[in-house]
Amino acid sequence: MNIVVLVKQVPDTATERKLDPADSTVDRAASDGVINELDEYAIEEALLLKEKHGGEVTILSAGPDQATDSIRKALSMGADKAVHLNDAALHGSDALQTAYALAQALGTVEYDLVILGSESTDARTGVVGAALAEYLGLPQLTLANKVDIDGTSVRIQRQTDEGYDVVEATLPAVVSVVEKINEPRYPSFKLIMAAKKKPVAKLGAADAGIDTARVGLANATTEVVDFAAAPPRAAGTVVKDEGNGGVQIADYLAAKKFL
Amino acid sequence: MAVDRILPTAEAADLMELVRGLVDGELVARAAGDEEKGRFPREVFALLGRSGLLGLPYPGEYGGGDQPYEVYLQVVEELSRGWLAVGLGLSVHTLSCFPVADFGTPGQRAELLPSMIGGELLGAYCLSEAHAGSDAAALATRADAVDGGYRLNGAKSWITHGGAADFYTLFARTGAPDSGARGISCLHVPAGTGGVGADAPERKMGLRSSPTAVVRFEDAVVPAANRVGDEGRGFGIALAALDSGRLGIAACAVGVAQAALDLAVGHSRGRRQFGRPIGDFQGVSFLLADMATQVAAARELYLAAARRRDAGRPFGRRAAMAKLFATDAAMRVTTDAVQVLGGCGYTSDFPAERLMREAKVLQIVEGTNQIQRLVIGRHLARGDE
Repeated sequence: MNIVVLVKQVPDTATERKLDPADSTVDRAASDGVINELDEYAIEEALLLKEKHGGEVTILSAGPDQATDSIRKALSMGADKAVHLNDAALHGSDALQTAYALAQALGTVEYDLVILGSESTDARTGVVGAALAEYLGLPQLTLANKVDIDGTSVRIQRQTDEGYDVVEATLPAVVSVVEKINEPRYPSFKLIMAAKKKPVAKLGAADAGIDTARVGLANATTEVVDFAAAPPRAAGTVVKDEGNGGVQIADYLAAKKFL
Repeated sequence: MAVDRILPTAEAADLMELVRGLVDGELVARAAGDEEKGRFPREVFALLGRSGLLGLPYPGEYGGGDQPYEVYLQVVEELSRGWLAVGLGLSVHTLSCFPVADFGTPGQRAELLPSMIGGELLGAYCLSEAHAGSDAAALATRADAVDGGYRLNGAKSWITHGGAADFYTLFARTGAPDSGARGISCLHVPAGTGGVGADAPERKMGLRSSPTAVVRFEDAVVPAANRVGDEGRGFGIALAALDSGRLGIAACAVGVAQAALDLAVGHSRGRRQFGRPIGDFQGVSFLLADMATQVAAARELYLAAARRRDAGRPFGRRAAMAKLFATDAAMRVTTDAVQVLGGCGYTSDFPAERLMREAKVLQIVEGTNQIQRLVIGRHLARGDE
């Protein structure tokens, strides 16, 4: 069972994140890059499946030079090798273009299953998994909170507001995961050391057979027209308890339709 | 705020990042609750083991991390920042492995070390007795030669991980009762050995999640192959181990002091009186400045001793100085942190009072600070480093 995990480096949500006013893309130099949180769950799930079924786990990441740090971190969790798609032509690609580029890069790897986080903490479009499956012509199983494999097929529990649906597909397939699926492991020091020796294939757009006329900011199908900082939070309502505090809180919640 | 460290290698930087993640993700939130209940977090040590942190300064060929003391000690410091019971536990475990690693035969190292430092096992160091604390050479626990091994009888006091450890590194008398320092030998005793047991843990002022107990040996027999070093050479091994162990305690102290400093600085920015943060008042700001200076000086002193050790130079005097200075600094800094937090600092809703209780034990363990002065004085008299 060979599994590819898609890993995206995103600005650390614990720091102040910015857009570059020049081209409205994420200012990646403004804050530390970390592995997109949901992708850590995807890596963990791949490692758990590997422990059960054998095979190899490959990390695929599209991003600039600094994404190397996140690739290394993914390898130090226990993945076997990585592919780093890095080309200036990809800068500013939107979700569809990114899915196309990733699909092309996947052509250089052998796999039975592709796993990714269901969305990233920066763009939060949540469509890359679905778009990727379309480009690859593979079944898509999204929002998984449980994944089981039996050699030729994959079955997931697809999280819904009410509970979950059980969805099944033949392999190969694309699966996106939600955070309920597992608890990502910490890297170990030995794996950190070993990660430095694990192979990381560097791919340019041409190596992956990517048509550069179909990617990048200039060719994007969507455009960020404008952006603004979120307005500062208004001061909250203070309830002073003079014997009827509970009633006041209940009235407030009822007015906001929480009750 | 994370301590900005100058680390010797990129791998050490990655290691520290891993440790910081463990501390912030696994230790900080549960330290207060578990300390209050006196709960020993064995599973945290299992996690440290899986993460490769229970053998950092030992050779890679036996499964260790091949890290210099300079790096290993900063790991101890980081862990202690989150939870002293864990940082000190790692230091004691590392101390317990030292005799086999440094004085064992190649056969013993190959046989014993991989499991001792591999992450599954936890060690304890058995030197002190009820009537042999600072005067450790007065110990009375017997190791009598019997067919193929030693029969152990006696009781060891103040043993960290007593009753919880998987192996005990024991110092016992193989010579005549009046043989003094020359009649002591070092033995590796698996916890499952018949006749080895522990009393209920002591009820302590702080560090309650780290069990401290009397460990009893009643006609327990270990094979002769478990003796580490020559018969009668145990006391020298014990002292050598303590030279390194003291660096561990110094690092623990800096971690506790750093936690207290971070807490006090944070509080001084958030707490407002007379219309501004209390940290804007010179009375508080100068207190914080002194605390920060103590912490920084203590860290540099233990690192300087560690670098001497890593360079193969004598370091015993500096190790004693680092232990003395860092633990006294931790006592002052944690006491001042309680002061900065005021009434809140005196309640157990905030960690300041716990840190203060934890700091106190560090002035006592692995040689009281009076003994450290004695060690430093002796080094000075002899002209030793």
